[in-house]
Amino acid sequence: MNIHEAKHLFLRAGFGATPEELREAGRHSTRKVVRRLLEDADNALTLHSIDPQQVGYSRKNLLEMVMQRDSLTAEQRKQMVREVQQQDRDQIGDLNFAWLTQMGQGKSALREKMTLFWHGHFACRSNNPLFVQQQNNLLREHALGKFGDLLGAISKDPGMLQFLNNQQNRKQSPNENFAREVMELFTTGRGAYSEKDIKEAARAFTGWGFNPKGEFVFRKNQHDDGEKLFLGKRGNFNGEDILALLLERPETARFVVGKVYTYFVNDVPNPAVIADLAKDFHKKDYDIRWLMEEIFTSSWFYEPQNVGVRIKSPVEYLAGLQRTPGVSYGSKQSVLYVQKALDQVLFYPPNVAGWPGGTAWIDSSSLLLRMKLPEVILQSAELNFRAKSDGDVNTDYLSKRGARQFRDAQLDWSVFGKPFEGLSGEGLLDALTETLLQRPLSPAQRQLILRRPRKTELRDFTLALLTLPEFQLC
Amino acid sequence: MNRKEFLRQSAIAAIGTWLVPDFVKAYEHRSPLRQNDKILVVLQFSGGNDGLNTIIPYRNDIYYRERPRLAIQATESLPFTDEMAFHPALSKLRKWYDDGYFTVLSEVGYPNPDRSHFRSMDIWQTASDSADYLRTGWIGRYLDAQCNGACQAYHAVEIDDQLSLSMKGTAVKGLAVSDPQRLHNQTQNKFYQELAKVNHEEYHNVDYLYKTLAETISSSDYLYAKTKVTEPPAVYPAHDLGRKMRTVSGFIRSGVEASVFYVSHGSFDTHVNQKPQQDRLLGQYAEALDAFLADMKKLGRLDDVIVMTFSEFGRRVRQNASNGTDHGTANCLFWAGGTLKPVPALSAAPDLSRLDEGDLRYRTDFRDVYATLLDKWLQVDSTAILGRKFPGLPLA
Repeated sequence: MNIHEAKHLFLRAGFGATPEELREAGRHSTRKVVRRLLEDADNALTLHSIDPQQVGYSRKNLLEMVMQRDSLTAEQRKQMVREVQQQDRDQIGDLNFAWLTQMGQGKSALREKMTLFWHGHFACRSNNPLFVQQQNNLLREHALGKFGDLLGAISKDPGMLQFLNNQQNRKQSPNENFAREVMELFTTGRGAYSEKDIKEAARAFTGWGFNPKGEFVFRKNQHDDGEKLFLGKRGNFNGEDILALLLERPETARFVVGKVYTYFVNDVPNPAVIADLAKDFHKKDYDIRWLMEEIFTSSWFYEPQNVGVRIKSPVEYLAGLQRTPGVSYGSKQSVLYVQKALDQVLFYPPNVAGWPGGTAWIDSSSLLLRMKLPEVILQSAELNFRAKSDGDVNTDYLSKRGARQFRDAQLDWSVFGKPFEGLSGEGLLDALTETLLQRPLSPAQRQLILRRPRKTELRDFTLALLTLPEFQLC
Repeated sequence: MNRKEFLRQSAIAAIGTWLVPDFVKAYEHRSPLRQNDKILVVLQFSGGNDGLNTIIPYRNDIYYRERPRLAIQATESLPFTDEMAFHPALSKLRKWYDDGYFTVLSEVGYPNPDRSHFRSMDIWQTASDSADYLRTGWIGRYLDAQCNGACQAYHAVEIDDQLSLSMKGTAVKGLAVSDPQRLHNQTQNKFYQELAKVNHEEYHNVDYLYKTLAETISSSDYLYAKTKVTEPPAVYPAHDLGRKMRTVSGFIRSGVEASVFYVSHGSFDTHVNQKPQQDRLLGQYAEALDAFLADMKKLGRLDDVIVMTFSEFGRRVRQNASNGTDHGTANCLFWAGGTLKPVPALSAAPDLSRLDEGDLRYRTDFRDVYATLLDKWLQVDSTAILGRKFPGLPLA
């Protein structure tokens, strides 16, 4: 593969690559580079910033103390609850930063990218850091496995069961939320089932719950084991049966492949390609690793209409700056603040349908902010932007003022500049463009950048390129 | 042409010649195809305002029974009907009510209410059903449907740094601006301006980015040029909401071609020790709205402007153990200024005897409020924007 194809592959399958990685990839066949990416992705680095023992314990203890201590005043009890909640939010913030660092610096970029994709597909919020970490690791573990295993695991995940109210789904009073979203957003998509199917599926999921330790619990006495009529089939289905029946449907393969395609290839779907892939994906027992290899080794993936046309999400943007040019953020506050200001805070998707993506990321203010960010990150400029308060205590704390400067961010220019040693002027600009952007500059853009006054070419050219609207694309 | 008008015209002419790329210039002097000169200001109470302690059912025993420590006593409240009274902090709104410029709509909500902030706000901002997930906001879709697809961002302006989902359409998104001077400083960046003009390779999505950049610069220049030649508006209270309403007034005074303004105020999430927080926020609201309505009246525009105030949900009828209230459902909504008046029946006090698991039942769907504002006020067809036909509110 050539260096441009390598860049496309690394940006889509991960978060970008260093000039050395690109050059190295340029020496091998596409198949071999993709294989290597997949092998690297075999390392599933779990997030472990939270010790389940300790968190579960301290949280539970504190809460028990709050509830039971009659000696405490109401004010003291409230204060303690607030402290626990603040601690939880801090820990979720730590997880956020740990994950972002892993995306930007870890070895298995493809696995992290897939985990981010599934986080948008199986979108979920939880206030419990233990649940958040556990779910994130679950997504990571199954990110390149069989979709059926992933679906089965997430359907028994405490964070998800809590988010979709399945803890309240009981034989006597079914709650349909979980059953509805499993079909509408996780498997077949709309149009493949009726409202009656949702009701029947909800009955099958009755009794699926969890305990405070973060374990799945099947509450047999709350489960409706009667006969159900689901998607035209009759039986005493339980939750697993419903998931299996959904996986049988060709709509599920099409729906999932359609989302993968619009995320990894082009936000304008190609129905013929998607239909073909979906058929094989179904046949291959929903093997995600197979699907991704098939996409990344296909010739259409590298066709010009698919290159450099995808708008980076805020998290991809932030993670990407770590890969190229090699920024290290140092501390979490500013990174979280920018996520909030640009509308993508990890672990806080806008709703169960996930982040909308594409042009929804870009409006006048988010574009100006993105164009200003390189200066803010690389030169510690002050961010003249006030993130909106949304009235939700879980994300509002991110809007605090103090976080508007990247005081701890660093970029080692001597490391980033090494491959460009000996280059200057136009030669340097072209080499940097080739590293940082997906397509060459137009002659006018080139002239524009070369005409600008500059002190240090490497820094000034880099900053100019990172400011271009084209840098928002990958 | 007087001097002021002359200055304004020349400022606009100057923009037209050297800052704006051709494809934007093409729209510059075209009428934005507004149906009329009516203006809608949407004022969002973020966090879920406790409607029952805002418009107080001061003769309702259930209210006093369910809120032993939090209820506002009849003697403190400001009755305006024999059932309902204003929170004392809203005293400045009383005269607007008496003059017919302040209307309360009771029990506004939607079927199958969601009690989570972000989800319920999503529903209000996208105007979706509670089981649906839409990716565009109702005002964004209004922009999409207007101007033959050539709406400029500044046709709907949010007074903020960050744009709400409400304001995001598919083809057009509104403009977020806290301060036109500051936005202008940002877009004066020479490199941005040169970039917006320079030839670049055109392909999928890059066009969208460059169009957004060019429009941001031209919108910013437009707002700056318009506002800098007008006199600053009347005195407004010196708090965040006061400044925001003053900014809206500045845009209206200077003839900015925007039909919708969007402003947020909060946070109203009063789980704990509600009183001081709500008192302060409602007091600021009354001051800012009073100043704004008086300003519009002086300007002769009071009949052209409706300020619609909503919150993502109300709060539970029963107070909690922390002298606060938890997330509820249906809520009161305010409608100030303008010439459209909903029928008085919609204002009747909420029914506290017929609750749904401790929460108010909705009587008016908020999308009927939107439909009325779109169909009857901005005079555009609400069906396409809201996804189906909502009959709207009966008007007096």
